[in-house]
Amino acid sequence: MCGHCGCDVPVVPRRIDLQRNLLERNDNQALLNRLHFSEHGLLAVNLMSAPGSGKTALLEELARRWPQRPLGVIVGDLATDNDARRLQQAGARAHQIRTGDLCHLEASQVALAFAQLEHSGMNLLVIENVGNLVCPAAFDLGESLRLVLFSVTEGEDKPLKYPGLFQRADAVVISKIDLAEAAGFDRQLALDNLQAVAPHAQLFETSARSGAGLAALLGWLQDALPS
Amino acid sequence: MHELALIEELCLLAADSAAQQGATTIHSLQVRIGDRAGVDAAALQMAFAVLAQHPRWSGTKLELEVVTTRCFCPHCKQAFTPLDVIHLCPQCGSLSTHLLQGRELELVSMEVS
Ligand SMILES: Nc1nc2c(ncn2[C@@H]2O[C@H](COP(=O)(O)OP(=O)(O)OP(=O)(O)O)[C@@H](O)[C@H]2O)c(=O)[nH]1
Ligand SMILES: [Mg+2]
Ligand SMILES: [Zn+2]
Ligand SMILES: [Zn+2]
Repeated sequence: MCGHCGCDVPVVPRRIDLQRNLLERNDNQALLNRLHFSEHGLLAVNLMSAPGSGKTALLEELARRWPQRPLGVIVGDLATDNDARRLQQAGARAHQIRTGDLCHLEASQVALAFAQLEHSGMNLLVIENVGNLVCPAAFDLGESLRLVLFSVTEGEDKPLKYPGLFQRADAVVISKIDLAEAAGFDRQLALDNLQAVAPHAQLFETSARSGAGLAALLGWLQDALPS
Repeated sequence: MHELALIEELCLLAADSAAQQGATTIHSLQVRIGDRAGVDAAALQMAFAVLAQHPRWSGTKLELEVVTTRCFCPHCKQAFTPLDVIHLCPQCGSLSTHLLQGRELELVSMEVS
């Protein structure tokens, strides 16, 4: 049948060339976000790690130390607004996104959250992604920098197991270094693995507990601020 | 994983394009996924099977082509296929950070009538 009138002319399918990116809606929104952030003179950072690697703890310390301006944070979790409350207590302007069952943040969610964040006088916006080392890698949020964190208790081979995320990182933070000895962390092995998959990434080693390494990270972020 | 969300995105794109072309039936979708795109071909097929319970898609075949990672070595000015996740140039042994392919998530074409 031809599909129109029920006659018996056989259907000959025709091929349409499309070459369309499946993430194009997200990528278009990310582009808008990027423009928007830049109009506001904001440095936007996408912070990603496995669940519990210490993203929020690091941002609490950053909020306490970030000079002169309030630190802006958009934070995504499957449920609860615990992280936003922790960050607000540390002095950040934080907005929580509850993603329900979504394993990553998308550009449209960030746009909505940003509209609800009082961003006057802010020069740094960190987007704490959902704890997940796979899915967030594919979704551009409109950030200028990608920061990937992994803690000394997660195993030295994290970068080899999740290369996608590490390969696209501008900087990698090894976190919880106060626990390195107790965890039997092989620092040289971790650095070798990082060097192998992310040779271009700037490296920081921090502890939110002791404050070690925070000044270096702070300085790097300040240098990256739009002039 | 977000395979279901990707499949929804794919179906939106396909339905839109079919409508623009005045097509009523989508016979097949040709989709290219990179092996570094963070999605699994089998999981994508499963997600599509869930959607294909809807009559709109029950006659549509999803054809996946997995694209292997290719890198570019700036020293040798040459493309190469890395052996694993470490992008070591087989010629000179330097690490490449320049990916030529492997992150595709693309609706390449479709067959309609
Ligand atoms: N000893 C030590 N513990 C830390 C450090 N940073 C975080 N933690 C602890 O690790 C746990 C998880 O920290 P969070 O900051 O909530 O981690 P997160 O990455 O934000 O977690 P999700 O948002 O759930 O993915 C908490 O119990 C923190 O107290 C650190 O530098 N040293
Ligand atoms: Mg957190
Ligand atoms: Zn996912
Ligand atoms: Zn080479």
